[in-house]
Amino acid sequence: MSSPSLVAVVGNPNCGKSALFNALTGLRQKVANYPGATVERRTGPLLNNDHVELVDLPGTYSLTPRSPDEAVTRDVLMGKFKAERRPDAILCVVDATNLAQHLRFAIELRTLGLPMVLALNMTDLAARERISIDISALSQKLGVPVIETVAVRKKGLDDLKEKVLGALQGPGPSTMYFGATVRDYQRAAHKIAKDVTLSEGIGHKTTRILDRVLLNPVAGPIILFSILFLMFQAVFAWAETPMEWIEDGIAHLQEGAAGLLPDGWILSLLSDGILGGVGAVIVFLPQILILFAFILILESTGYMARAAFLMDRLMASVGLNGRAFIPLLSSFACAIPGIMAARTISDPKDRLTTILIAPLMTCSARLPVYTVLIGAVIPDNKVFGNTIGLQGLVMFALYLAGIIAALIVAMVLKRTMMKGQTHTFMLELPKYQVPRLPYVLVGLYERARVFLRRAGTMIMSVTIILWFLASFPGAPEGATGSPVAYSFVGYIGSWLAVVFEPIGFNWEISAALVPGMAAREVAISALGTVYSIAGSEEVVDAGVRGMIAATWSLPTAFSFMAWFIFAPQCLSTIAVARRETGGWKWPMFMLGYLFALAYIASFITYQVASALLT
Amino acid sequence: MNQEQKSSPTPTDTTVSESMSLGTMKPGMFGHVLGFDTVGADPDVAPDIADRLREIGFAENLEVEVLHQSPFGRDPIAVRIGSMTVALRRREANIIKVQLV
Repeated sequence: MSSPSLVAVVGNPNCGKSALFNALTGLRQKVANYPGATVERRTGPLLNNDHVELVDLPGTYSLTPRSPDEAVTRDVLMGKFKAERRPDAILCVVDATNLAQHLRFAIELRTLGLPMVLALNMTDLAARERISIDISALSQKLGVPVIETVAVRKKGLDDLKEKVLGALQGPGPSTMYFGATVRDYQRAAHKIAKDVTLSEGIGHKTTRILDRVLLNPVAGPIILFSILFLMFQAVFAWAETPMEWIEDGIAHLQEGAAGLLPDGWILSLLSDGILGGVGAVIVFLPQILILFAFILILESTGYMARAAFLMDRLMASVGLNGRAFIPLLSSFACAIPGIMAARTISDPKDRLTTILIAPLMTCSARLPVYTVLIGAVIPDNKVFGNTIGLQGLVMFALYLAGIIAALIVAMVLKRTMMKGQTHTFMLELPKYQVPRLPYVLVGLYERARVFLRRAGTMIMSVTIILWFLASFPGAPEGATGSPVAYSFVGYIGSWLAVVFEPIGFNWEISAALVPGMAAREVAISALGTVYSIAGSEEVVDAGVRGMIAATWSLPTAFSFMAWFIFAPQCLSTIAVARRETGGWKWPMFMLGYLFALAYIASFITYQVASALLT
Repeated sequence: MNQEQKSSPTPTDTTVSESMSLGTMKPGMFGHVLGFDTVGADPDVAPDIADRLREIGFAENLEVEVLHQSPFGRDPIAVRIGSMTVALRRREANIIKVQLV
């Protein structure tokens, strides 16, 4: 066999399709991007059988797509998708506790004429809800093999594999006709479900009880905001110790390098450039992982849909809908998964607006910038009767400023460029589930890998280039002042300083903004590189924070913070926005408006602060 | 009670008495879905709204109950339809006609 048979795994949202796909492919799954499309391609061999490749298609309610990712499912199944051959068979996943609803899509799939196997998933939940289904009757009515599965307990997988292999070698395509409209499919589904259901069940009690609390008019919003507060609190408090370990580790490496290598440019490159620059970024790994852990848990429990429900009204006031809340919340971790999560928004204008404002959510890469600046210029005092730390309060204000700016920008966009029909909000609130540790761990592992690869490749190369630009051509004999002033960075910085002088940035800051475009957090390591090459040993010891505290004026520091609320985003964000919007137009617009807002905000901040403080 | 009119609900059935639009119902109210009425709908709702409502799980004769409403402005609502829970805005919910129980 030359190329493996392709089997598409499809189903309604919330049918446990991804869990089943994970159980069938395990750690051998591959995640890639379809060229030019907005969907990740998840594939893997069927239970280690390399002759059968499973491809996980986005969940959808029907073959009439309501969003860009649903369109991919339809196109692949119809054989119209350029980057994927038509599947040889379908593995359709349905939720046994919601058979009538999920069968409608299975019936629609039967019109495609592809061999199909039905996985009746979540049969453990069905048993708990006292639902009983006649499998052989269901199999006969649909004309396909039906296997009971429990994805999370790996039950029924071998049977499933056998039937899929059978279907691939079977007599070829078979079609069954149930009608042509959604209504026909629905009628047939309800009829079949009724005929094969031996006992109806009692519903998911836990979900109803939990919803009574979590969607309660008073308790609901309080709980939602408490969860968000806890999330941000955890990002700071829980990450502190592991961050110290990483910092110590990097310091050890720098000392080790200094002990092994002679003083000179190689040591400077390794210690100031690579270790200093990359280390300044890697130290934020714990914070990013904590943030992602929260988001993964909220998603896998089913709470995220409730958050969307609670937030819909607020989002509607700026012309978006509750679904936009999920990508925006993810953007606090990083704008890239946030922008990708916007695929689930059906309306193209709502989706575009969400993508455009996602970078205003303060991503974890801006945390280092805020942390260093606040540490440098805001006194560690308690306010409001010694209860709340002033530094934390300023951090909160910076996050809040980003959110408010995002809402205002969304409102303006929706009333001008994105004007159109007001669109709807419709979302299934899935049953609550206990978050599963393997799912969260695999998600975190994936995230850490992406982050470290970015730190190891792009951030490292940017740091090396910056170190080079900051070290050469070097000061002439007898020059006074900082040697960096005579480097390429110094020249670039001094040109840029003309533009940035009205907002209070000196040439060092202006120079650091350029590599900051590669990744926001690099702005800090860039300042570190510029100052450490420029400065004496004491400066390096005091770190960037000490350097800022000693040399920046307050208005400049405030202006820099204001800049980073809007900070024109990193290259990866621009790249992902280009991919998701299918061109350069919107990423360029995003870059332009963020740059303008950043400049205006910094200008006002600097001028007002200068007037008040001097 | 006007029982005979209950016989054959159609997608444009608006004449049934005792019926109510789902979008006007309060939490705790429940009944059976009679049909989808797109004729008198808000001009802003999508033209294929009936299909979309069917796709997410609404169907004739299913039991429907308003479970929750948003704490802000009482819109959207969360309803139980059959054995699932769906959140939607009242404007779209108004397409769904319900025979109260």
